[in-house]
Amino acid sequence: MHIPDGFLDGKTMVATAALSVGGLSLAVRQLRRQLPRRRVPLMGLAAAFVFAAQMLNFPIAGGTSGHLLGSVLIAVLLGPGAAVLVLTAVLIVQCLVFADGGLLALGANLFNMGIVGGVGGYAIYRGVQRLMGGARGVIMGAAFAAWCSATMAAILAAGELAISGTAPWAIVFPAMVNVHLLIGLGEAAVTVLVIVAIQRTRPELIDPSAPASGPLSNRQIAGYGLLISLGLALFVSPFACAWPDGLEKVAAALGFSHRAAIGPAPMANYRLLWIRSAPLGTAIAGAVGTLIVFILAFVVARVVTPKAATESR
Amino acid sequence: MTFSLDPHSRIDSPVHRLPAAAKLAAALAILVATVSTPRAFVPVSCVLLAAAALSRIPPLFLLKRLVLLEPLALGVAILAIFQPGGWRIFALIVIRATLCLLTVILLSNTTPFAELLRVFRRVHVPALLVTTLALMYRYLFVLIEESERMRRARACRTYGGGRRSTWKSLASVVGRLFVRSTERAERIHAAMCARGWK
Repeated sequence: MHIPDGFLDGKTMVATAALSVGGLSLAVRQLRRQLPRRRVPLMGLAAAFVFAAQMLNFPIAGGTSGHLLGSVLIAVLLGPGAAVLVLTAVLIVQCLVFADGGLLALGANLFNMGIVGGVGGYAIYRGVQRLMGGARGVIMGAAFAAWCSATMAAILAAGELAISGTAPWAIVFPAMVNVHLLIGLGEAAVTVLVIVAIQRTRPELIDPSAPASGPLSNRQIAGYGLLISLGLALFVSPFACAWPDGLEKVAAALGFSHRAAIGPAPMANYRLLWIRSAPLGTAIAGAVGTLIVFILAFVVARVVTPKAATESR
Repeated sequence: MTFSLDPHSRIDSPVHRLPAAAKLAAALAILVATVSTPRAFVPVSCVLLAAAALSRIPPLFLLKRLVLLEPLALGVAILAIFQPGGWRIFALIVIRATLCLLTVILLSNTTPFAELLRVFRRVHVPALLVTTLALMYRYLFVLIEESERMRRARACRTYGGGRRSTWKSLASVVGRLFVRSTERAERIHAAMCARGWK
């Protein structure tokens, strides 16, 4: 998921960096006002926690193992503003100390995993949690949001790579997204198990109505919403239409067909006709998968929510 | 401390003695040059090789780091083959990614993280982020060791067990680690206040 250096072109790096700086400054401004002074060290400790948690490997089939990414977990535990700050710190240390994820690609990685994964994931979590209510809603929201955050980050990364002309969308979209549909399931499972474990021992740490970094104001919600939709508009929507002819038509009608020169990827789409259906197939599979995961999250929430937590609410 | 993140960042060499700000700026310049034009490949590799030789970091260590991180880049680069002129793009990307990786590896192993943080502070990175980074770097070892201790304790007390129970107990280790982190953060806050932090 970490995009290394050398894969993105200039305009993509500048655009993602601008989006990330915008998101980070929103988060810092909110925390400066709302984060109690005694919680400041918690940000550093939470970042170290995410890092340490990522080093614990969960066994999957056949000797392979996966690990937690933690965007949604930390957003559920600390709130969206803190999640952006913590994930920024984690990504900077991973990049500067371990050379994992590029320095110039830091903006892209931060946007995909920190802002879309953290704040976008938190929005989904809160939506589902309000819908369901109570401790069960926390579990279901976290499960669904964790899966969505991995998938969304993969879709954005695919769009960024395609727009940079690194790989054609028809290849990079199915390759990235299909893998992360599965990774998302693991992420959801680990996130839920960890939240259940915390709910059992310290239920007061998870209070969805009062996150540690304070609730979001309407202006902040609008700010994050704008940033995320800008990112989607820039990196995903040029490819999102599965029928290139339609896209072409719209572009011609609006008189900006020269914009097709934005990268070599859309051209490659036409030439490789034999794989043109691959993104459409992935998109349909994704839509069906989303529905299934939503139902799955509901079932999981019914089964694993600790009794004590449901009674106390 | 059982292991170090950047074991060679504190040895003495001409490269290590350079100011951190200069190294960070040079690294960024090298990265931008590498990414923007293939013509920079030869001069950049000369500069990097010279820096690596001057830094007195064991070449084997650098090679190991590079080999460790290269698969991540290769995995994405392979997707580039499936397009017209794919092999050329693939080769271009692999060379670019390798040079960039080597640049960052050299930067991180010739510059202590604390000095990079000082540079961040000077260029007005928000103080909250710098504090977070500093605390994260400081307690990384502590938490990793703590999670390792908990994992070992669990391994000592359980025999076998299916995948299900492994996941469950690992999750409780992670959950416990978070609870311990929040408690530790409170103690750290008290200690910081006692030392005049405001």
